[in-house]
Amino acid sequence: MQKNEVKKSNGSNILSSLLKNQICIPLAALLLLLLFNLIMDPTFFRITLEHNSAGNPVLSGFLIRILDNGSELAILAIGMTLVTAASGGQDISVGAAIAIAGSVLLRILCGSNSRPETIQAPIIVGFLVSCVAAMLFGAFNGVLVAYLKIQPMVATLILYTAGRSIAAWVNNNELPIVNDKTFTYFGSFIPGIPIPTPFIIAVACMIIMALVLKFTNLRLYTQSVGINGSSSRLNGLNPEIIKVLSFVILGICVAVVGLIKVSRISSINYSVIAKDIEMDAILAVALGGNALSGGKFNMAASIIGAYVIQCLTTTLYKFKVQSDALPAYKAVVVIILVVSSAPVVREWFSSMWKKLKLKEVG
Amino acid sequence: MSSSNKKSSSISLNDKIKNMTETNLLLTITIVVFFLMYIGAMVFQGAGFLKPQTFFNILNANAALIILSCGLSIVMITGGIDISVGGVTALICMCSAVYLDYHDGNVFMAIIISLAIGLAFGAFQGFLVAYLDIQPFIVTLAGMFFARGMTTIVNTKPFNVANESFLALKGTRIIVPGMGSVNKLGKYVNAYVEIGVIVALIVVIVFFCILRWTKLGRAFYAVGGNSQSALMLGINVKRTRFMAHLLCGLLAGIGGFVYFMHVGSGSASNASGAEMDAIASSIIGGTMLTGGVGNIIGTFFGVLSLNTIQNIVSSAGLDQAWWTGITRAAMLCLFLVIQSVIIAYKKK
Amino acid sequence: MKDGSVLEMRGIDKSFPGVHALQGVDFTLRRGEIHALMGENGAGKSTLIKVLTGVYSKDEGQIFLEGHEKAIAIRSPQEAQRLGISTVYQEITLCPNLSVAENMYIGRTENMYQNWKKINSDTNKILKSLDIPATPTQQLGSCSIAVQQMVAIARAVDMECKVLILDEPTSSLDEQEVAKLFKLMRDLRSKGVGIIFVTHFLDQVYEVCDRITVMRDGKLVGEYAIKDLPRVQLVSKMLGKELDDLSDIQGEQPAYNKGDNAVPVFEAEGLVSDAGIKPFDFHIDKGEVNGFTGLLGSGRSECVRAIFGADRVTGGKVKMNGKPVKISKPIDAMRNGIGYLPEDRKIDGIVGDLSVRDNIILAQQVLKGFFKPFSKAEANKIADEYIKLLSIKTASADTPIKSLSGGNQQKVILARWLFTHPEYLILDEPTRGIDVGTKVDIQKLVLKLASEGMSVTFISSELDEMLRTCSRLVVMRDRKLVGELSGQDLNQNKVMNTIAGGDK
Repeated sequence: MQKNEVKKSNGSNILSSLLKNQICIPLAALLLLLLFNLIMDPTFFRITLEHNSAGNPVLSGFLIRILDNGSELAILAIGMTLVTAASGGQDISVGAAIAIAGSVLLRILCGSNSRPETIQAPIIVGFLVSCVAAMLFGAFNGVLVAYLKIQPMVATLILYTAGRSIAAWVNNNELPIVNDKTFTYFGSFIPGIPIPTPFIIAVACMIIMALVLKFTNLRLYTQSVGINGSSSRLNGLNPEIIKVLSFVILGICVAVVGLIKVSRISSINYSVIAKDIEMDAILAVALGGNALSGGKFNMAASIIGAYVIQCLTTTLYKFKVQSDALPAYKAVVVIILVVSSAPVVREWFSSMWKKLKLKEVG
Repeated sequence: MSSSNKKSSSISLNDKIKNMTETNLLLTITIVVFFLMYIGAMVFQGAGFLKPQTFFNILNANAALIILSCGLSIVMITGGIDISVGGVTALICMCSAVYLDYHDGNVFMAIIISLAIGLAFGAFQGFLVAYLDIQPFIVTLAGMFFARGMTTIVNTKPFNVANESFLALKGTRIIVPGMGSVNKLGKYVNAYVEIGVIVALIVVIVFFCILRWTKLGRAFYAVGGNSQSALMLGINVKRTRFMAHLLCGLLAGIGGFVYFMHVGSGSASNASGAEMDAIASSIIGGTMLTGGVGNIIGTFFGVLSLNTIQNIVSSAGLDQAWWTGITRAAMLCLFLVIQSVIIAYKKK
Repeated sequence: MKDGSVLEMRGIDKSFPGVHALQGVDFTLRRGEIHALMGENGAGKSTLIKVLTGVYSKDEGQIFLEGHEKAIAIRSPQEAQRLGISTVYQEITLCPNLSVAENMYIGRTENMYQNWKKINSDTNKILKSLDIPATPTQQLGSCSIAVQQMVAIARAVDMECKVLILDEPTSSLDEQEVAKLFKLMRDLRSKGVGIIFVTHFLDQVYEVCDRITVMRDGKLVGEYAIKDLPRVQLVSKMLGKELDDLSDIQGEQPAYNKGDNAVPVFEAEGLVSDAGIKPFDFHIDKGEVNGFTGLLGSGRSECVRAIFGADRVTGGKVKMNGKPVKISKPIDAMRNGIGYLPEDRKIDGIVGDLSVRDNIILAQQVLKGFFKPFSKAEANKIADEYIKLLSIKTASADTPIKSLSGGNQQKVILARWLFTHPEYLILDEPTRGIDVGTKVDIQKLVLKLASEGMSVTFISSELDEMLRTCSRLVVMRDRKLVGELSGQDLNQNKVMNTIAGGDK
């Protein structure tokens, strides 16, 4: 066995070990997309400093747009990765939960009058309340999954069905509008800072998550529960609580995204806000090379996966693809990606490669 | 089911439940709940529910959903999932509409086109899932994206079909004898169902038989129960998975055209959320997403239950838009809890 | 092909990435014989079986089957079945959600339609003739594991196979069931079926087999008639070395003297869990090795699971070092210094995809708490230390545990618990399904730990292993504690009698 390894240790070894690294899949996809844009139109990479209507310096350009619009997805991908790892399933209710969180936020800020002159409560209070609401709904999903042993996709189907209705119900189906300048900062720019705020928030979330993963056992616990629940229990873990915890963390992510989404338009549209974002978030996790059946995870890969999706979206918009037709192109990319990373296909290619090489030698 | 019921006298209810297969137990619960609900509605809300046409209208409106749900049940029984059926339905509607109106096509060819689209999706997705071993959720998610996107690419604007022979087919009403009722003006109105309902009933019966009495049908259950074991037992697991997706695609084709016959328009927003409704119906009908457990008859009643509860809620005066979503979710939640309690109980 | 043989495998070669699993293996099965296939874990038995049943494709070599002129190709399990090669695997390979009758007949016919009446009545006949306590319409999942196993055998038997492969079929059967199975095997032998019997139990080999083929490290060691190969030689052939190690441990008579006033490390009174055992009393002293013995299903595992809080404890009092404590879940037991190596390594032990390192530190990490992770350097140091201490064979501490052999996986789990430095360690079947060399290592380790003051409860299906390591045996029968043996009473006859209940 060892002899074989020695024989193989040439240049291709470095390449293959690089290929084995999970993060290389989304990274390669990202590079490919950027390369495509570079060839088609190098202005894609132009970043300019402009002044917006309020006279603040802001960065603009396609890359900035990707970072800006991809924030929500990146934040969700963090939570979704944990849920996927711990429960071996996905939460398809995040879009609906964002609607609820946004609706609760608006309800607190606007009070019973849906279009007040000034906000009725500090933004932080509104955010905290919406956070609690999102965490509660997360916990609800978590309890169904962990204690009632319902498959995550099915359990979250409940909130998926009810969520937008609940969101409408919170505000009595009215569409409140927030009349406050500071509130718009979360979805655009803070005066004096040319970087889009959503991206700053997303980076903050990533840093917090990185710290949590470094200074707690979240990674080890989540992974072992996801890989082998029974064994984890016998090692003193409480798999149920870990699963619920992952859903609650996703709840926090949902609340943050809700804040950004609502802040972008200072209002809400219950049926449109964060539509289909759950699919994109799951896709981000899958693109990151994480097994959707749970277990080991790579957070960074998921986040890059999220930006790959956003990069694709922005690229397509740039080529004047209609927003409704967008999914078709996304689908093609997804299929290419999953097919090329499928173990069966890889095996087939490597055996073909070997045969080719043999022929060359012969 | 019948055999365990007949021998009941000496065995306690407790043992009987334990000896029942999960499939039959969940099926029984679904049917019982549906009838209790419907009879309850008849007794307490009277009027509308006493008219058979109310029931037939539920069937008319949901014939397509019944067919789509059957497809999903099959895939779910094998332990997979297909979330592309709603998108495929929309695509079929749009393609058929464009073909009929812009290309002056005939209805027969439109049906062929519908089936071909359904089968193509089923075959492609089935191939990726079964032979390339890619997770069904991702594959069919891509399928859904693709179908929805293609719908817009085929034609951007929604429009109603004006093709005459199609409208004739769409308007065909099949009278159900003896079920009519007298309307406000004192005139006797016949009860009717649309063609789609007949198609749906045939689909239910045919696929019930396939699942119960054919080799392929039983293979679906075996693969869903334990695919590793199924392989060892000599079942071609890959082919079985492929066939499940192919049949689901076929049913999406049939269901898509039935949906088209009901709405008569091509639009990107057609059948939005149908995949989730179909999954919910299957679950309420006693199909488990873990695979190996489920029944087409149950699925049929699942669709009916899901929509009956909605009728009950709206006729009770709770007609604000959000009640629909909340009631459906509550119903789904209830059934999921029942399922998980039963499974936990049987394990003991 | 030679006369009289049903199956010949010639020069079978099979490689996996990094492993040359089979290297030119020959195997011959004659008509009407029971042929034991023996070897340590990793010897290549399972791979050979899987090549024969079409689960794996062979890289090289030929397979000849009676009635076929040329070498046959077996590309799938179905094809193997069609050719008359049936297998009953160690793990149940039936579908729990289908009925017993369906499990008997599914995947066997080319017929499009399923004739329920026929399969139910046919199954009924077979079940009756083989004396299997199940009904055809019963859902398989509601049968006991033993019955499920017997249904699997009944299925294979009913397929009128020429070659019947039994891959450790007896590991989940009790003695009577094993006897029943052996009777069945002899019947089949007289009918001319060739049976390949893979097992870890030497007794069973000598009870029913005619011939033995021994494999080691993916190579054929040799084929022997049973009478030409005494046990000791068989074991030494499997190991590839003489058996000094084993005799070593046999000589080590466990002697244990406790002080008169010493308080037991662990004491349970009327302990009972929801797993169906009767309340039992139990105690263990410092530095003592004791064991729970009894037939499979007698409740010995359930007892230790109750001690550790792995099953829901429904009653009884527990004391650690004389102090009353409450143990309702595993973490309580761990905090009180109890460690537990579970019976089923794959399901309850390893966390497959995690690295060896993470598997070693897991339990201690949970004890330390959520906010106090080991640093990477610390974890690596710990892992390396235990890998060396227990001589775990792994490429690195980063290797996923699932890619290790069974014995090495078991050592990792052992390392995990040793690292928590328990006062009281419970080992439930630590030697099951692992190779003889590792078995001896583990037995030695247990004795060493005890001599250093740890209390150990040791459970094993192999009685002589228990006799060699334990100074006191608690005997279980029908989920009830029926006796305690120590000192003079610790001999095979006495234990057997107590287990069987014929002690008069």
